[in-house]
Amino acid sequence: MKNFQIIKALSANSAVTSLSKEADAKFIAGGTNLVDLMKKNITAPDKLVDINGLDLKKIEFLKGKTVIGALAKNSDVASDKEIKEHFPLLSLALAAGASQQIRNMATVGGNMLQRTRCSYFYNTDMPCNKRVPKSGCGAIGGSNRMSAVFGASESCIAVHPSDMCVALAALDAVVTVEGPKGSRKIDFKDFHRLPGNTPEKDTVLDPKELITSVEIPENNFAKNSHYLKIRDRTSYAFALVSVAAALDLKGKKINDVRLAMGGVAHKPWRLTEAEKFLKGKEVSETVFKQAADLAMKEAVGYGDNNFKLTLGKNAIAEALTIAASK
Amino acid sequence: MSKTSNINRVDGFAKVTGAATYSAEYKTAGVVYACLVGSTIAKGRIKSIDTKKAEWAPGVLSVITHLNVDKPAGYKDAKDPHNFGQPLQIFKDDSIVYYDQPIALVIADTFERMQYAASLIKAEYIKEEHQTDLNKAKDKERKVDTKKGDDYHRGVVDGYKNAAIVLEEDYTIPTEVHNPMELANIIAKWDGNKPTLYTKSQGVEGTRRSIGKVFGIAPEDVSVNSEYLGGAFGMGLHTWPYEIAALIGSKKLGKPVKLVLHREQMFTNVGYRPYTIQKIGLGATKEGKIVGLTHEAVAQTSSYEDFMEGTVNMSRFLYNCENVTTRYRIVPIDICTPIWMRGPGEATGSFALESAMDELAYKLNMDPIEFRKLNYAEKDQEQNKPWSSKYLLECYEGGMERIGWENRKNEPGAVREGEWLVGYGMGTGTFGCYRSPTSVKAKLLANGNLVLQCSVNDMGPGTATMMTAIGAEVTGVSSDNVIIEMGKSGLPKGPTQGGSATTSSVGSAVNDSCQLLVKKVIDLALLNPVFKNSKAADVSFVDGNVISNKDTAKRISLVSLFEANKLQELEVENQSKADEEAKKYSIYSYSVHFVKVLVNPKLGKIRLAHVVSCADIGTVISQKTSAGQMFGGAVGGIGMGLMEVLEIDHRFGRPINNNFADYHVPVNADIEKQEVFFVNKKDPISNPMGTKGLGETALVGMAPAIANAVFNATGKRVRDLPITLDKIIETAKV
Repeated sequence: MKNFQIIKALSANSAVTSLSKEADAKFIAGGTNLVDLMKKNITAPDKLVDINGLDLKKIEFLKGKTVIGALAKNSDVASDKEIKEHFPLLSLALAAGASQQIRNMATVGGNMLQRTRCSYFYNTDMPCNKRVPKSGCGAIGGSNRMSAVFGASESCIAVHPSDMCVALAALDAVVTVEGPKGSRKIDFKDFHRLPGNTPEKDTVLDPKELITSVEIPENNFAKNSHYLKIRDRTSYAFALVSVAAALDLKGKKINDVRLAMGGVAHKPWRLTEAEKFLKGKEVSETVFKQAADLAMKEAVGYGDNNFKLTLGKNAIAEALTIAASK
Repeated sequence: MSKTSNINRVDGFAKVTGAATYSAEYKTAGVVYACLVGSTIAKGRIKSIDTKKAEWAPGVLSVITHLNVDKPAGYKDAKDPHNFGQPLQIFKDDSIVYYDQPIALVIADTFERMQYAASLIKAEYIKEEHQTDLNKAKDKERKVDTKKGDDYHRGVVDGYKNAAIVLEEDYTIPTEVHNPMELANIIAKWDGNKPTLYTKSQGVEGTRRSIGKVFGIAPEDVSVNSEYLGGAFGMGLHTWPYEIAALIGSKKLGKPVKLVLHREQMFTNVGYRPYTIQKIGLGATKEGKIVGLTHEAVAQTSSYEDFMEGTVNMSRFLYNCENVTTRYRIVPIDICTPIWMRGPGEATGSFALESAMDELAYKLNMDPIEFRKLNYAEKDQEQNKPWSSKYLLECYEGGMERIGWENRKNEPGAVREGEWLVGYGMGTGTFGCYRSPTSVKAKLLANGNLVLQCSVNDMGPGTATMMTAIGAEVTGVSSDNVIIEMGKSGLPKGPTQGGSATTSSVGSAVNDSCQLLVKKVIDLALLNPVFKNSKAADVSFVDGNVISNKDTAKRISLVSLFEANKLQELEVENQSKADEEAKKYSIYSYSVHFVKVLVNPKLGKIRLAHVVSCADIGTVISQKTSAGQMFGGAVGGIGMGLMEVLEIDHRFGRPINNNFADYHVPVNADIEKQEVFFVNKKDPISNPMGTKGLGETALVGMAPAIANAVFNATGKRVRDLPITLDKIIETAKV
């Protein structure tokens, strides 16, 4: 690891100001991903702006929405009584991620910026367009068991690794960021991007901008929601496929529904067509299977990950079934 | 059960409190820090290597490459192929024979500066075409050029083909890595021409010999300290290039050098379980009597060293069969040399043999245990010898009872628990009982403590605890008063820790030395007037006193005995080895693993609802550490069965999952209920205690037990490990 400078920010504003002065500076919060990347020489900032002292840890339950500070720890949000009551989907997704030790350090803002776990991204002797633009994609034609089946491009088939973000995508969250030009709000579905020709960019966030909070609008999904994560071992493994399913039921009728998937794309993948199909229908095994088929219609495998096409369908139907039966 | 068999792990407290000192933790004045920079290609030559930036970086003391290395004296006569493979002769020349092969050693005054400087080294290569895919290098397949490498035949060659019911299948296991928690590490220093190493070794004496050869010095001049190991699983059975590198660096600088491999380097530089393709041909009569068995293995080795293991061996004796053929072939590819990984070849072999046994039982429509019992081997047909002891049937019974075998239905998918398909499976493991000559010094001190000394290591199985239990048992000294000194050169010579032979070798030596010591105490006591006219048989040594058997009032304490004879201590050093009688018998340990799985076929999820491991290991010396070993070995087998695989991208010849996030081993939550059970019956032949060995067989047979249970649940036969979920759910066509 090369030598770097670390300074402590006293306010969001001063954090943004001190970062913008440096060509190669980064914010650091929990450090659970950034420090790994620095140790592996994948990223080598000259300066770190430590934002842990900022007052961004609160979870506020306001009228019509809940606002979660960017520095709230994953474990704190997951175990928060009111989050569990109002947004169990988010709590379940958080608890499914990483390990207890990592969740104790990782923050909500940092989790959104977690970089892909694609092996070619992590192994610096391998080609990877995301790590070194124009160096090629190792996963295409290589080992791609973890890779995307939706929205990939010729330059990148990596997947977004977060569980939390899948739930936030399903819950129509909104991200608040602060930058040199002031603050702005970004719809969660637009926050992460598809790789296209510039896979080095994971999100639409400007490198000078700081995430300050994420808000979740009030909803009626608390009773019937489920986060299903399929992985190679029971704990401490990234999702091969995950499904966030949330149903607003009136008797057997589906008033409203949200479906999002993890482990399948460069971003949390909302299944809007399947949602449209389900709305207004009655809960049944057949309807859930049809929705799953519809959701996976456009999916494309790359060889090793072909199993995700079947697994994806089965997981969607299973998540909906579990959510409906709660 | 002896009163010492339930003692606690004697080094447990030191290990969990951090008081145990591992190799790289030794406080060494003036130590400097080193690391290795690896090749980025798998095969070729180094065209140029730019070390300037690194040399000029702050704190850097030296950068050593093939261009400036002072070659150790032993590099000249590279005769011994095992210890003198090219890469052990680190920095010998510009050739690259595997990815991540060390090309430079960077030494600096601090760890951070060393790391940074290493990142500045850039090499250019003349690439040659590499081959890391065994399946594409089969034209290079050949026998190992030793007696062990020969084919084995008994009866008709490939006689299985003539049977009424025939099974022929291929079984594949991937490359797996040992990767103990404690990284490979060393502190190397020189005193004149005599090196001292604090290193991760499973054999102090073996390391002394290898280092001696490389540097052209006598093994006695090499000091090795490897007192505690944070696991090794076989990777400490070889002396590796990193150890030579640290010694070269230390010699050049005249300073102690500390070198700890990165986790990534643990996947590329210190051995692995080789990728192996096996073929089983199994033939039986319609009634289920096995008439022929052929077991073939084709396994990877490196381009510069031959490596072979006992993959096909158990097929020669595990079941009663007149016609047996085994063949072993190696394929050299451009990856570093394998090294025995726990269970070693037997674990690989059992996956093929015990899966095939299950498959043939299905062909015969028989219960797999009934099928095995029908073919029970009453004697060792390979060596034509009787078994010393064999309680395999007790292992079957114990496991069936605990797992609830009566709930199993032979028809796949016939048992359900809610949405889950239930499957039961079992697999048999076995491993030979070996014993090598071992010296132990036993000392009684005036304060009543018993000191036991041997250079053997304890990589985690509980060797120190075993020595304590036996020493306390024989001498009557309380186990709390036994002091173990081990894992260091200079102590009486112990064996390398491997092949489940430690208790048989070291335990016997402790037993013998302690018996001689007790005799010495008694002989001394008999000279005392208290025991006038008594014979050795008339007295006993109990709780630090020599006491008359007839009249317990007649006694003399050790303290008075020492005082009377002006002694500080009484000691015996003795070498023990197997007797001739043992050669007349075939001595094997057995394990049988039973697994109950719950499978969700839609999601491919396999839950290990219940795992039972039963073993016949002769006498159990220490209940707790033996159970610990069995639990751990079984978990290793579960990793082998369900998740472990080192993935290589053959286009580059590089591993892609060289970290613990991507190379999966089981977590606690993967195993819902686990039990172990020992028959615990003394072997009359093996050694004075009647033990047979445990560490290896604890893992052997688990992977096929899982595969067989998965078949019983789903009707899917997985013949290539690991059994990941994509092999269980149906794969969509694209």
